[in-house]
Amino acid sequence: MKNYDLVIVGGGPAGLAAAISARDNGIQDILIIERDDRLGGILNQCIHNGFGLHTFKEELTGPEYAQRYIDQVLERGIDYKLNTMVMDISPDKKVTAMNREDGMFVIPAKAVILAMGCRERPRGALNIPGYRPAGIYSAGTAQRLVNIEGYMPGKKVVILGSGDIGLIMARRMTLEGAEVKVVAEIMPYSGGLKRNIVQCLDDFGIPLKLSHTVVDIEGKERVEAVTIAEVDDHMKPIPGTEERYECDTLLLSVGLLPENELSRQSGVELSRVHKGPVVNDALETNVEGIFACGNVLHVHDLVDFVSQEATQAGKNAAAYISHGEKKAKRVVKLNPVDGVRYTVPEFVRPEEMDDTVTVRFRVGAVYKNAAVCTYFGDKCVARRKKQIFAPGEMEQVVLKKADLLADPDLKEITLKIEEA
Amino acid sequence: MYDVAIIGAGVTGSAIARYLSRYQVKACVIEREEDVCDGTSKANSAIVHAGFDAHPGSLKAKMNVRGSEMMEDLSKELDFPYDRNGSLVVATKDQDASLLDKLAEQGRENGVKDIRILDEKELKEMEPNLADDVVKALYAPTGAIVCPFNLTIALAENAADNGVEFFLNTTVEKVERDGDHYRIETDGKVIEAKAVVNAAGVYADAINNMVSTHKYHIIPRRGQYKLLDKTAGKHVRRTIFQLPSKMGKGVLVSPTVHGNLIVGPTAEDIDDKEGINTTSEGLDSLSRTAALSVKNVPLYEVITSFAGLRAHEEGGDFVLGEAEDAPNFFNALGIESPGLSSAPAIGEYLSDLVAEKLGLEKNPNFNGKRKGILDPSKLSMEERNELIKKNPAYGQIICRCEMITEGQILDAIHRTLGARSLDGVKRRTRAGMGRCQAGFCSPRTMEILEREVPMSAFDVTKTGGKSKLVIGYNKRV
Repeated sequence: MKNYDLVIVGGGPAGLAAAISARDNGIQDILIIERDDRLGGILNQCIHNGFGLHTFKEELTGPEYAQRYIDQVLERGIDYKLNTMVMDISPDKKVTAMNREDGMFVIPAKAVILAMGCRERPRGALNIPGYRPAGIYSAGTAQRLVNIEGYMPGKKVVILGSGDIGLIMARRMTLEGAEVKVVAEIMPYSGGLKRNIVQCLDDFGIPLKLSHTVVDIEGKERVEAVTIAEVDDHMKPIPGTEERYECDTLLLSVGLLPENELSRQSGVELSRVHKGPVVNDALETNVEGIFACGNVLHVHDLVDFVSQEATQAGKNAAAYISHGEKKAKRVVKLNPVDGVRYTVPEFVRPEEMDDTVTVRFRVGAVYKNAAVCTYFGDKCVARRKKQIFAPGEMEQVVLKKADLLADPDLKEITLKIEEA
Repeated sequence: MYDVAIIGAGVTGSAIARYLSRYQVKACVIEREEDVCDGTSKANSAIVHAGFDAHPGSLKAKMNVRGSEMMEDLSKELDFPYDRNGSLVVATKDQDASLLDKLAEQGRENGVKDIRILDEKELKEMEPNLADDVVKALYAPTGAIVCPFNLTIALAENAADNGVEFFLNTTVEKVERDGDHYRIETDGKVIEAKAVVNAAGVYADAINNMVSTHKYHIIPRRGQYKLLDKTAGKHVRRTIFQLPSKMGKGVLVSPTVHGNLIVGPTAEDIDDKEGINTTSEGLDSLSRTAALSVKNVPLYEVITSFAGLRAHEEGGDFVLGEAEDAPNFFNALGIESPGLSSAPAIGEYLSDLVAEKLGLEKNPNFNGKRKGILDPSKLSMEERNELIKKNPAYGQIICRCEMITEGQILDAIHRTLGARSLDGVKRRTRAGMGRCQAGFCSPRTMEILEREVPMSAFDVTKTGGKSKLVIGYNKRV
């Protein structure tokens, strides 16, 4: 097996952008390891359009967006292995992987970029009572069956959860001739993008029932009916509000979880909130030389931001390989409070950071006519107003190195949502 | 004409079939589901009880203690996962701890080895996550955990390899005595046999009542469970039982033999013998009750919940043996807990009874060994690479959570009584049993079944019958 300086785990949008960026920053020996039979990751099954508005100023489908990056990887002659599963990453960055041709092999890497993406929460994680028949799919599995394999999982559909994949699948199933009866969402707001609610539900007359959840699944062999009910403020179903829908399929779009089993094995510290690695301004984890980007780091709303973040990670990994670890002179912690659920990165190093660092986060509830405020200590240094902040959309704040250098006593930067 | 027809391919029927195959016999097993291990045997606590629970002298006590003794050797002969992790029955400070002494006494009377009472200090060193209120416990080192799927499947496979025929997807509709033999009408063929063994689980009463005037009545007693992610699997090392209290019978918290954590069961008598649905009340109650014996159970790590039905007979004990008024009709009825633990003993006992009655000779060709599906994760890297070189399918991961290779799935499909459904593959290999609950591997496993069985994609099911996974093509534009 050839030696590689940089191993990138995952050939989806994050892994591709990271590889391109690392190569453009001088790293020759890069290997992308992808478990599926083609590069592009989950974008391959996202055949709807709307990708790339920020990056390319045009609306691309998922496969088209992926292809733009795949082409750049191919142009640069970056190595990749398909149908290959990474089995283990050790704290000293030995990557163990396996496929049919090479068997099991170990690559000692100088740096590793985690770009494994995320997975869907299953039914079991929600304690939905009822039977366990066929016909219950996570939205992403159904999306693969319909868009890649060409099969219909069912024709009368109830969807639980209003995450973006669920919304997209409401439209896809409708376009493919199925009847989507209702989308139930346990929260009082949708977890998806506003534009998806309009384009995927409203335009097709599919009702979205907020503060509703599934309380029973009927059908011993195949789903026969699903009962939903309204929930109270504690998310407990309210007796008497049950509505029964005859259907053969229940799709679940109830949240995405960064897929960090490998990260955990390698000793990477994980955030309890966003479930991805805790990183610094270079997107480096607590394990030196292991970087993270994309949905394995935190679940993004738009792929454009995944690509941006991964480009950063690739550049930083390249710098690490070329120059080694820079010892931080001081560390400033980011403190998310009052509606700001988390930040990525969790801390910055004023002396070592780039001229600007984009801090990404999500809010914990819907805030109208509010502002995101940045405090250096107890001094508000920036305030950006917005008509609406919603948990379904990722927010960002840009920190300038010059501002941080100007404040040598700075210990903590607080981000919060305030009334505008 | 068969010598023996066994009705039901759960753990009891499969065990009887396997031990019966030690004799020269023409035998068959009739199972209504598409696979073996598809009823109560697949949805239980997966515990091999030490044997102190049952009343001394009862069949439950006898079979449990014998079964528990047999299980470890059997796990080696038939290559299924088994771990003698030990069990604790714990008492909290407001409970009558003397009940533990009575239980210990009962255990000794039943012949359970090495049981003893532990004080709080010893207890909490052993299991630091026990609830703060726990003050005393009964420790049974012979308590164990087992893979109920592979136990049952291994018994059935070994029976089949020794000549027993299996008729799956075959529902018994009528059993009647016809001269010197029995005539079994099914939804397919008619089967004739000199002797019948009734191991029909929750339906064993109905089968018995077709031929005997001694009527039985089985009440399906539902048990709901939560299964937690492997990250929670070391929360306790031993199986933690609760003393019965005014809160009810209590639930157990236990590691599984595969490294998950299981919490359950509830105990609800219901009317529906197909009522394997979970309820919100049931699932909620588990969380509350588990906390009485084990603290900080990470229930947010739940990956699935399920329910099974125990075949509770009103008499309260196992019914094992020939029916008084139906010669050559043998019952294995009322097999609720400790049924899994007792299965090898019931298999041995009933097969010997049948053999004696029919005058069967020993089978000189009986081979009691069975090789399970190879687990490549147990191999060294060199061994694994040898294997992949010989069969590249072992280099391809299909289930990312449990790291199950295509090679294992192919083995599951092509071996004796091979898998024909997603759940069949799952129970044999664990593909789809991990934290994503088959979201990732379902389409991939479907494709393998389609190619290897072979079968149409539209006939691939979750678990047989009408449990089809896809209903047609998309618009194919």
